[in-house]
Amino acid sequence: MNPLAVTGRATIAVSRTVGGIAFFALDGMIRGLRGPWYPRQILRQMIEIGYYSLPVVGLTAIFTGMVLALQSYTGFARFEAPDAIPTIVVLSMTRELGPVLAGLMVAGRVGAAMAAELGTMRVTEQIDALLTLATDPLRYLVFPRLIAGMLMLPLLVLVADVIGVMGGFLVSVYKLGFGPIEYINRTFDFLEAQDVISGLVKAAVFGFIVALMGCYQGYHSRGGAQGVGAATTRAVVSASILILTADYMLTEIFFSR
Amino acid sequence: MNRPPVKIRIRGLRKSFGDNRVLRGLDLDVPAGRSVVVIGGSGTGKSVLLKCILGLLPADAGSITVDGEEVVGASNATLDRIRRKFGMLFQGAALFDSLPVWENVAFGLLARRQLDRAEARERALEILARVGLGAEVLDLFPAELSGGMQKRVALARAIATEPEILFFDEPTTGLDPIMADVINELVRRSVEKLGATAVSITHDMASVRKIADRVAMLYEGVIIWEGALAEIDRSGNPYVDQFIHGRAEGPIRVLQMAPADRAVRGEPSRHGP
Ligand SMILES: Nc1ncnc2c1ncn2[C@@H]1O[C@H](COP(=O)(O)OP(=O)(O)OP(=O)(O)O)[C@@H](O)[C@H]1O
Ligand SMILES: [Mg+2]
Repeated sequence: MNPLAVTGRATIAVSRTVGGIAFFALDGMIRGLRGPWYPRQILRQMIEIGYYSLPVVGLTAIFTGMVLALQSYTGFARFEAPDAIPTIVVLSMTRELGPVLAGLMVAGRVGAAMAAELGTMRVTEQIDALLTLATDPLRYLVFPRLIAGMLMLPLLVLVADVIGVMGGFLVSVYKLGFGPIEYINRTFDFLEAQDVISGLVKAAVFGFIVALMGCYQGYHSRGGAQGVGAATTRAVVSASILILTADYMLTEIFFSR
Repeated sequence: MNRPPVKIRIRGLRKSFGDNRVLRGLDLDVPAGRSVVVIGGSGTGKSVLLKCILGLLPADAGSITVDGEEVVGASNATLDRIRRKFGMLFQGAALFDSLPVWENVAFGLLARRQLDRAEARERALEILARVGLGAEVLDLFPAELSGGMQKRVALARAIATEPEILFFDEPTTGLDPIMADVINELVRRSVEKLGATAVSITHDMASVRKIADRVAMLYEGVIIWEGALAEIDRSGNPYVDQFIHGRAEGPIRVLQMAPADRAVRGEPSRHGP
């Protein structure tokens, strides 16, 4: 075993995969934008991603907001600064936890489902059948999912932001003795438009990542049920890692000045 | 009888999956407006052959032309255009399981945007009637159908746009004998009335005799015999004879034999190195 050869082979494999995914994304977007469009498919995916993810994203957000309030209280009370709790909750939610947690939850729910659906279509020759029926699978299957992911995740995050703040509010008011009006006023004291917008931009990127990994892994799955299962796992794991990586890079871009 | 032009011409077609050399330099001509049936043992590459012609599987080498246009190595746009001439029945039906039966059948019509949805539904009903299915299946999903019904819905989907070239991968497998005959009639009619060119795969000799104008036998990656249906019983080819009479004994090795045995029997020289 030559260590250089091993490293080289791994590098080639990684570059090939990254290149493959980038090409797939570009191809899907360009062909999709050129049309023909499939509005029904786009709508269907928007409902699937946006509407049906509401419960899981809402639950995640409310508990996150509650925990944030509790943790900051136990942490900051030591420094006699409990007043900072509303600000901590709202900034953490909008800038960071809203998009990242929603992204991860949607990766688990929607990304996995996309990989399983497209993977099944691949191994049962439904994708081949599309090709013989004058329909481009990239336009019909992939583009609607990419677009829906990109559009719906920001909406979900907006909802998550509101619910998260509400979670912090509930704990602060009913448990930590904050006045309700005071809490709400403090929430908006330091909040800037950029905090929310940066979170929504992150959400759009994460939504794209989730849909892209779901589609890519499903589209390229091989073998029977086992291959589809493996593709599903890969879709969730790769989307999660990419979300966390992209999160750091986007944060650098937004807040490094 | 004047010779019709060649619709699909295949020369030296090769396709391997890893070490598994499936097609090994296959030649075949499909005349326009005729029905060609490809016979051959299970796993010899009949389905792979159809998928290579459609460009669903990339050929490793050789040439496939449809109306003179090359498929091997063609761009996506060219393949798109060529595929529009085809309707394909997949061996495993390959129905879209997220769509109801009528949308499956009308898929090609809707994709070509020739009809609106209400009209397409009407058309789906007409086409389903031709494969012996009624209005009660229109709104069912493929998973709610029996295997034979799925096959017939898939057949309806393949013929819905009345394509110039029809590929049927085992159209009668899984059907009862009466329904099989209905489907044989349908294939025959598509060729005779609509002037379509058909390539079918079947193991069922009754079906072969019913739908074929010409028969081609695939063995070890090449077409070892090709001829008119009438010649099939006096082909003088021991492989064809064994196949059409369904005998376990003969030159076709069904069970794996030792290489020494093979040498004794004397393999014919036509198939691959
Ligand atoms: N996608 C694929 N990947 C790897 N090997 C394949 C693939 N498709 C087919 N094969 C192999 O190619 C060979 C021919 O398969 P094919 O499906 O064409 O057989 P067939 O002649 O249609 O058989 P049957 O009559 O049973 O349907 C088989 O050995 C099969 O294992
Ligand atoms: Mg087959």
